[in-house]
Amino acid sequence: MVSVPFTAPAVRQKSARMRLQEWLPRIVLAPTFLITVIFVYGFMVWTGYLSLSASRMMPSYEFVGLEQYGRLWTNPRWYVAIKNLAIFAILYIGFATVMGLALAIMLDQKIRAEGALRTIYLYPMAISFIVTGTAWKWMLNPGLGIQKLVQDWGWTGFTFDWLVNPDMAIYTIVIAGVWQSSGFVMAMFLAGLRGVDGEIIKAASIDGATLPKIYWRIIIPIMRPVFLTAFVVLAHLAIKSFDLVVALTGGGPGYATELPATFMYASTFSRNQMGIGAASAVMMLMTVAAIMVPYLYSEIRGGRRHG
Amino acid sequence: MASVAIDTAHPPRRGIPIARLVLFALLGLFALVYLLPFFIMVITSLKSLDEIRTGNLLSLPRDPTLQPWIEAWGKACIGVTCEGINGYFWNSVRMAVPAVTLSTLIGALNGYVVTKWRFPGADLIFALILFGCFIPFQIVLIPMARVLGLIGLASSTSGLILVHVIYGLCFTTLYFRNFYMAFPDELVKAAMIDGAGFFKIFFRILLPNSLPIIVVTVIWQFTNIWNDFLFGASFTGGGSQPITVALNNLVNSSTGVKEYNVHMAAAIIAALPTLAVYVLAGRYFVRGLMAGAVKG
Repeated sequence: MVSVPFTAPAVRQKSARMRLQEWLPRIVLAPTFLITVIFVYGFMVWTGYLSLSASRMMPSYEFVGLEQYGRLWTNPRWYVAIKNLAIFAILYIGFATVMGLALAIMLDQKIRAEGALRTIYLYPMAISFIVTGTAWKWMLNPGLGIQKLVQDWGWTGFTFDWLVNPDMAIYTIVIAGVWQSSGFVMAMFLAGLRGVDGEIIKAASIDGATLPKIYWRIIIPIMRPVFLTAFVVLAHLAIKSFDLVVALTGGGPGYATELPATFMYASTFSRNQMGIGAASAVMMLMTVAAIMVPYLYSEIRGGRRHG
Repeated sequence: MASVAIDTAHPPRRGIPIARLVLFALLGLFALVYLLPFFIMVITSLKSLDEIRTGNLLSLPRDPTLQPWIEAWGKACIGVTCEGINGYFWNSVRMAVPAVTLSTLIGALNGYVVTKWRFPGADLIFALILFGCFIPFQIVLIPMARVLGLIGLASSTSGLILVHVIYGLCFTTLYFRNFYMAFPDELVKAAMIDGAGFFKIFFRILLPNSLPIIVVTVIWQFTNIWNDFLFGASFTGGGSQPITVALNNLVNSSTGVKEYNVHMAAAIIAALPTLAVYVLAGRYFVRGLMAGAVKG
């Protein structure tokens, strides 16, 4: 008799606590969810709307339809930016992949100093693109940099003025970008190589396959997912490239090394064409989404299938 | 030919085959190419301007001087003030430390929820958060600048902390989620049966076992936030700039004589904190890079 009124509130109290426990996870996740909805998706919509508005120096909400997109796609600077992005992305992704793969395969030959070499190849990844740009700007400057060095060595006719040559400046960004990122690609491929089953290689070498053949015919095809990941990561880095251009060439000479990211920044913050800036940001988002959404979708689904 | 090539896959038993010599030469050459820019920065930062003009890129400093470092740290002109980069260095410290701490802590709790306390819709929420890692930040620059202005945080370190926490959460959540996926559910269930609550399980059971992923996340966040330029350039001005923005201003807008030695010293100072982290904890740095690239 005594125990009944005694336990009843205890049970009720516990159920209240349990209800709180049930809601706690949602409460804990709620701030991040709200932040994402507002600051990622809400801001996308906001920028999307600005790209349809007459915004110039300050945001304006006067709707003008696709006028800003029309202006964007008739702007010669935007064409230069798109063309540069194509050149940069193809060369940057290509060279970084080939060099990363070559370094990974060479390091995979049971090298004694592997740890030290890996550290050396990868350290540029820890440095800011602004620092990389500053260093390469110094080395590539024709007056005192590599050009003068080679001339001092005796080749007095040697010229290497890509940094100040409007036709060649975009390639200096490729050089610095590949220097910065190829070690990262190497690390990805090395991890992939370490995951390849040694038995397959042994069996193939017993069958008389040469090492280059083993790599070309067996190991590289097995690593197709690593190629895909490297491509996605590098493409993503290429589209977002901003710091390196700012530090190395400042978008110049003239606007010879303009990329979409620098175009967007300059339109918005220094040329008082916020509407065009917003339109270019939307174009960038669509490009990234076209690469990332299918990739993330297949990764998440693949992860579920295996897990 | 075939046997020589095969030998490269195994430790050499007799002598050193030619293929292996070529391999070492190539690896060494690449190591040189990767180290050279940093080496050139260091020797340039130790030369006087006269020596830079008379020598060349690779000539060692004949008369090494620390003057460029002293100037970069305390006297170089950035914009209209000539107090060196030390103030901007501390701006970056004041920005990175709270932003890294907050985003890591919140990310840990989020990862805990989406793996151990899954509720209907949690997967969808995670997918929405995840996509935020990969947007080009240009899409949020204009609204963010407006919002920071509206809440009075424009051109302030607090504003930058807020921005870095917001856009760092997706990565920290992803890292902890992947780590906690592999953490045995049985331990969590056993603790629940023993009556442990949500926070008790997190602080007593998961967090003490999370050191590796905490290190990976902190390094990743620190490197990204310290090296950020886009947000710093867009949302700060004058005295509140982080070091990357100050370095760029020093190098690209200095009028008069270009003091290359001072530029190089400033660039090394800007790179030192992340380089130190990389040298001391490179293993975790690589793990973070891979976790950011390979989701699962």
